[in-house]
Amino acid sequence: VAHETTTPSKAERHAGHGPGRYFVVWALLIIFTITTVVTGRMDLGSVNLPLALTIATIKATLVVLFFMHVRYSTRLTWAVVLGALFWLGILLALTMSDYLSRGWIPQS
Amino acid sequence: MNHAAAHSDAVGAKLGMWLFLFTELLLFGGLFILYAVYLSRYPAEFAAGGKELNIFFGTANTVLLLTSSLLAAMAVTAMQQGKRRLVIGLIGGTLLCAALFLVNKYLEWSAKIGHGIWPGSPRLLAGAPGDSVFFSLYYLTTGLHALHVTIGAALLAWIGIRVKSGATHQGNYVALENSTLYWHLVDLVWIFLFPLLYLI
Repeated sequence: VAHETTTPSKAERHAGHGPGRYFVVWALLIIFTITTVVTGRMDLGSVNLPLALTIATIKATLVVLFFMHVRYSTRLTWAVVLGALFWLGILLALTMSDYLSRGWIPQS
Repeated sequence: MNHAAAHSDAVGAKLGMWLFLFTELLLFGGLFILYAVYLSRYPAEFAAGGKELNIFFGTANTVLLLTSSLLAAMAVTAMQQGKRRLVIGLIGGTLLCAALFLVNKYLEWSAKIGHGIWPGSPRLLAGAPGDSVFFSLYYLTTGLHALHVTIGAALLAWIGIRVKSGATHQGNYVALENSTLYWHLVDLVWIFLFPLLYLI
């Protein structure tokens, strides 16, 4: 009877999954870690840092979506996560645009 | 039991945790700005400093934290399925990884200090300013991160005790969820610190 009156939440439906998906995500994270260590020790010039940050961002996305269960969370959680990233982006982008452009204007 | 009320509480509590994690993100974001500014100022010194760090400790600690995150995520699913003993085991595994992480960090810091490298040490003061900045940032960021590891592990240990006593159970496990969210944030920060410090 209770089953008819309550709709299972996303989390409860997710609970039906086995640990298989977690192990796949973990294996991907380890593969990306090995990749970043190998490429990080190679001399790729100006590619090194963007590549390392790209791999780190992919790893972070996997952790947020699957380990933190955001993929199965409410829209409100999505809004907070995306809002947090947007605000962090403002913090990083505006500060760095100031710092990196300081030399453009000759000192008077 | 009023299931609907308990459910809406959990949603609110989790939202509060996410907002708190947002402030943590801005805290570490400030440090990443410091890093970016000084990297653009002292690229050669940062590259040299990064090579001086022990890649073995860095990689081992990355694998430890990723594994601990896996176990923490599995603990939440196990709780949803009502497998109490498994939850306690998985939290125990997470704590073991956390402890090993801190042991590695202790060995790593000890080795660096043994080589005369600490903020304001005579060796760094005699060297180039960029070296000092790199290692100050190294101690500041890894130190603040290690503090977070300690807090996260303490939270999870507390939750483990609550699960054991039955205070946190299948019907109300938002405390477990929020503690694991905090733990994953600790992992997220390290995912970025690792390449920026060790692989630069």
